[in-house]
Amino acid sequence: MQTTWAYISNYFIYSAMAVFAISFVAHAFETAFAVRAPEKADVTQGNLLVKTLDYQRTEKAARIATAMMILGFILLLGGVIARGLSNKHVPWGNMYEFSITGALAFTGAYLAALRKYDLRWLGLFISLAVLLTLGTAITLLYRDSAPLVPALKSTWLVIHVVAAIISGGVFLLANVVSGAYLYLDYKESRGGRPAWLTRVPTLEVLDQLSYRLVAFVFPLWTFAVIAGAIWAESAWGRYWGWDPKETWAFITWVAYAAYLHARVTIGWRGRRAAWLCILAGSTFLFNYVYVNVWGTGKHTYSGL
Amino acid sequence: MSEKIEVPELGAVGLARYLWRQITSMRTALILLMMMGIAAIPGSLIPQRITNAIAVRDLYDSNPNLARWYDRFYLFDVYGSPWFSAIYILLFISLIGCVLPRTLEHYKAMKAQPPATPRNLSRLEHHQEFKVDDAALERAASWFAKNRFRIKRVEDSISAEKGYLRETGNLLFHLSLILILVGVSFGALFGMRGEAIINVGERFINVATTYDTLSFGKLTSEKSLQPFEVKLDRFNATYNPATNAPIDYKAWVTVTENGISRKQILKVNQPLTFGNTRVYLQANGYSPVVTVRDSRGNVALQGPVPFLPQDANLRSIGAIKVPDADPPVGFVANFVPTNQRTSGQGAISVFPELLDPKLLFSVWQGDLGLNSGVPQSVYRLDTDKLRKIGLGSVKPGETFTYPEGSITLETVVPWVNLQVVRDPGKTYALWGGIVAVLGLLSSLYGRRRRIWIRKVGDSVEVAGLAKNEAPGLQAEIQAFVAAVKGDK
Repeated sequence: MQTTWAYISNYFIYSAMAVFAISFVAHAFETAFAVRAPEKADVTQGNLLVKTLDYQRTEKAARIATAMMILGFILLLGGVIARGLSNKHVPWGNMYEFSITGALAFTGAYLAALRKYDLRWLGLFISLAVLLTLGTAITLLYRDSAPLVPALKSTWLVIHVVAAIISGGVFLLANVVSGAYLYLDYKESRGGRPAWLTRVPTLEVLDQLSYRLVAFVFPLWTFAVIAGAIWAESAWGRYWGWDPKETWAFITWVAYAAYLHARVTIGWRGRRAAWLCILAGSTFLFNYVYVNVWGTGKHTYSGL
Repeated sequence: MSEKIEVPELGAVGLARYLWRQITSMRTALILLMMMGIAAIPGSLIPQRITNAIAVRDLYDSNPNLARWYDRFYLFDVYGSPWFSAIYILLFISLIGCVLPRTLEHYKAMKAQPPATPRNLSRLEHHQEFKVDDAALERAASWFAKNRFRIKRVEDSISAEKGYLRETGNLLFHLSLILILVGVSFGALFGMRGEAIINVGERFINVATTYDTLSFGKLTSEKSLQPFEVKLDRFNATYNPATNAPIDYKAWVTVTENGISRKQILKVNQPLTFGNTRVYLQANGYSPVVTVRDSRGNVALQGPVPFLPQDANLRSIGAIKVPDADPPVGFVANFVPTNQRTSGQGAISVFPELLDPKLLFSVWQGDLGLNSGVPQSVYRLDTDKLRKIGLGSVKPGETFTYPEGSITLETVVPWVNLQVVRDPGKTYALWGGIVAVLGLLSSLYGRRRRIWIRKVGDSVEVAGLAKNEAPGLQAEIQAFVAAVKGDK
């Protein structure tokens, strides 16, 4: 029974990957073909090369892209649930399971936000990121479905890890937005945005958005760290031990605290704030990759 | 944020004031905060004594020069090093210097009434003007009361303010960090931690001599150990047959406290609690139970000898030291719970449970050096001055005979490593953590805003102001205006 569910889960994940790939192609098609070269060069304006975006033309591709995203989400959800059923615990007992659940949360957050805002310009990056995450997970991180090791058997597995997954997802989203800010800032200082990026909001909006995301999720990250400390107290006999994962969680916390202070109290904006935001987000990524794969200490559950 | 650096007046008071202003400035705090983040990095890359003492020793063996240099800069003890301490102490001084004056200020602001309505409301945001009846101000006042605004009413105008919780939360958050630091220090000064290996069937008594390792905080001592006993009745470890990974560790214990005994289960996420002291199930392994007879046939040693696991399949090493035998002998031994039959030599275990246990050893004769005063590992035998007199292996029930005696493997019992921790500061740290999250929530989600209303003739003017660019005031003012108009 256990292996049956694990097989079903894998079929779901592979199908989801195929569907996300279609979604990615559709997004790329939409973005590429919406760019319209001027039909008649407007010589009087002295500008021959201004391209415009016409999303009317690619509306069908956009719809397919979003529909595939939703289908991919459903398949991925099936895969995650089947994985959970196969070993009868929440599907984040190792790095593979953590990755597929994280990809699910990331897609879900995008689709939820899409109901309210027109974020389809992000779809290209989201589908690519999800595809890469799932690809890495299933090729490099895959481990057979297995019961949890004793230290993970706790209610805190649900609380601590859910808080960490959500915080991580939002931190990375803030990083993407800050990265977009820096790229567009660079482009705008040298003439202007490329046509396919005109749909992305203005620099001010991006700047505000990355701050809002961080301010929104910082309390949750604080909670994730504290929940981890409470769990560590009951599992390992101390609530804080400077284990590499704990150390990097602390560094991430300090980096975002510095970011918030720099923004709110000192008034950093724009480029400097974006760099600091990316720096803080990188500490989170480093923690995820380095400590899970190469690190030592008590948090190595990747099974690699 | 100081635009120009003030030149300090000469004299101690002036200098102190200057330093204080520098250290409590936001810029200094920010630099210290970033420094603390950076200072924490080396401790995650270089092995630390508190988390991985063995790796530190290995580095000393493989690269003593580098290790000595590391040690010179406290790189094996980053989080207790003078430079790390200096950063966080300065940071906390800066934090206190920043937060205390703000707390006083905030307290005064909370007691004071909101500022009076500005004369010219039309210059402010969200300004609007509309005709109303005479009861408009009353409706406004009751709307403010219902929505818990603090108000100041002067003649024909009301000034209302809400959202003090934002600053309250901000201050509480910073004060809670101090509470966490107090909790951590309290635990370090008055806490204790120790470890003891207990075989199944044995009793752990909470006195200093029972422990294998034991350390106390600076302001406490052995006298503070709480009296209790834990008898290990049974221990069971189950492993996944496919991956050999552990599934469950479970210990059945009899706990005696204040003369009363009770049965309890001890598991990895389920420690035993005695007030501030908790007992954790931390590791486990096997103790071969052996009987060693000497050349005259006397029993020189009988009982379980704990072996130290070396890998996930619990291949374990150990030393059986028999100084009382005639002549004294010692065994350098390997124990495997599930012996790999295919390999001709060497000890390899293929599963961590006792499926096919085997004890493999070499026998050594001579002075074991136990009375020399030099501390020895119980798991290792120093064979430099000993003579090898035999090489053998036994399974449970078997006896191996060598010229000067014999060894019998009677059975094998599991042992568990109990970790005993007393941390009287953790409750403070926990409360600090809870307050920190609550404070953050209200400081990052809270919105401080003001709304004014003034009656001029038969119409009113309304305006609002949100601090920190907080969104949502527009909608709130619309609701307010609707209430003032009386359209429900």
